Amino acid sequence: MAEERTESRHDHGSAGALDAAGVRKLARLARLAVTDADIEPEAVRLSAVLGAMDVLREAVAREDEPEHVTPMAHAGDETNRMRADAPGEALSNETLMAMAPETLAPFVRVPKVIGEGGGA
Amino acid sequence: MTRSAVEIAGGVRTGKASAREAVRASLDAIAARDGELSAFTQVFADEAMQRASAIDEAVAKGEDPGPLAGVPIAVKDNICTTLGRTTCASRFLEDYRSPFDATAVERLLAAGAVIVGKTNMDEFAMGSSGEHSCFERAKNPWAPGRVTGGSSSGSAAAVAAGMVSIALGSDTGGSIRQPASHCGVVGLKPSYGAVSRWGLVAFASSLDQIGPMTRTVEDAALALSVIAGVDPRDATSSARSIDALPLQREDVVRVGVPRGLLESADERVCAAVAEAEAALRGAGVEIVDIELRHADAGVAAYYVIAPAEASSNLARFDGVRYGRRAELAPGEGLEELYVKSRTEGFGAEVRRRILLGTHVLSSGYHDAYYVTAQRVRGLIKRDYDRAFAGEVAGEDGCAAVLLPAAPGPAFVAGAKSQDPMAMYLEDAFTVGANLAGLPGITLPVRTVEDDGDTLPIGVQLIGAAFDDARLLSVAVKLETALGWGARTA
Repeated sequence: MAEERTESRHDHGSAGALDAAGVRKLARLARLAVTDADIEPEAVRLSAVLGAMDVLREAVAREDEPEHVTPMAHAGDETNRMRADAPGEALSNETLMAMAPETLAPFVRVPKVIGEGGGA
Repeated sequence: MTRSAVEIAGGVRTGKASAREAVRASLDAIAARDGELSAFTQVFADEAMQRASAIDEAVAKGEDPGPLAGVPIAVKDNICTTLGRTTCASRFLEDYRSPFDATAVERLLAAGAVIVGKTNMDEFAMGSSGEHSCFERAKNPWAPGRVTGGSSSGSAAAVAAGMVSIALGSDTGGSIRQPASHCGVVGLKPSYGAVSRWGLVAFASSLDQIGPMTRTVEDAALALSVIAGVDPRDATSSARSIDALPLQREDVVRVGVPRGLLESADERVCAAVAEAEAALRGAGVEIVDIELRHADAGVAAYYVIAPAEASSNLARFDGVRYGRRAELAPGEGLEELYVKSRTEGFGAEVRRRILLGTHVLSSGYHDAYYVTAQRVRGLIKRDYDRAFAGEVAGEDGCAAVLLPAAPGPAFVAGAKSQDPMAMYLEDAFTVGANLAGLPGITLPVRTVEDDGDTLPIGVQLIGAAFDDARLLSVAVKLETALGWGARTA
């Protein structure tokens, strides 16, 4: 998919305002639909939330050397845990297929991907 | 069902009481009040009684069913069980049946527990009131017009109403500890990595933890001792031991209070913190003021990181392999299948957080939002590390930090449902422990009167990572000093 941006790249989230077009783009990226009636109220709500994110920059800026504050991705202390490359117990094909909403044994059935309908 | 899990299991293991009697009492309590409270999404009466009979028979044969023998337990409906459905309170998964049990559930069952039902929640654990459920919202047993808090709304209500003595919840930003405060129960979020997340439907993987909700600290410790431990199926679970039991009651401790943070809490919450401070002092604990300099940015960091992870985790719900699949019109294809299934299946708050997460990860905004939030996350963790290491609280550091669990008492249903930011601020005191990976526990302190309702208010203690045992020792000291008891609503 071509790169899509949700608002002016130069804004970098300052004040965080999102307009209706921005919400539509986000919805397309997230594979969601937002109705015309919902789009403006949702833009207002999301903008209010994004506006509250300014404290993040302020918190980092309060540090003596903000450029040296390391991003923290997770709190876990487990790194590079490996397991034996050996077959183990697995759910059966029948069990997994029983969860699928539509099947055409032995496959999960999906709409036509190539041709009409667009898609991936 | 007002007995503790410790009492029930003790009676069943020694043959002085029966599992059938304990499970019957639980089912009777559910039948009496769940029509009003909607704490459960499903109740497994027949299966629970059969399992109770099997446990009683095992005891009669001289076998020991385990430390939770015959204890009726409720499981939040985002934790996979082969029994019944695992709905996450979402239309997307309303008919979903898991082909496996979560590791935490496996361990509870191996310890002799009896699952009586799955509990209501905010959809996919996204919410702080229980109102974002595709089912009827769970009601606060203290005042049904009020919210339970969330997202572990049904688990909190079930324990508070005396339906079970232990319910599993999950806590990504406070979803165990905040409803525990609103419902007057004990809620424990273990250290990140202490309990396997295998079988917990993922919301924000770097923050999610399963934990128990109970009426006593001892029951929380008992449940944690059963569910904790490394699991090869969850690479983030830790081999570090927790040793939750036996509770260490004699530890002399110092507790820090981030005084500056209290300014944003309701005065009745501040009074509860003051009462807890006084109780701890009376028990010989030294109270010191500490500063958590970056805590004011916790909610902002959380509401960048959690939606970012959620937008990725929830991409798996596409209508293809499991869950809801939308009906397509002629000519519609795979793209429409994704969009229609997700739009029909997810509720408004889940869709909002996916949009938010998509935005903060999108090109041009990733650094401004996501990476900055990760930097703040590191600063928040550093603040706590300093408190525990003693840099700001004397030579030995603090055994725990005492702070509110929620900014006020349980609010009236609907009061915050149209204002996401107001709802997100419910998590102001709880997100720090998730961001830093620390254990936290809420326990009830007092009741207050609010518009004619009598409502509980709890306080929260946060401990150092993998020092859950010491946190529990502080908690039991506070519980004893407060004398709340194990009261039900």
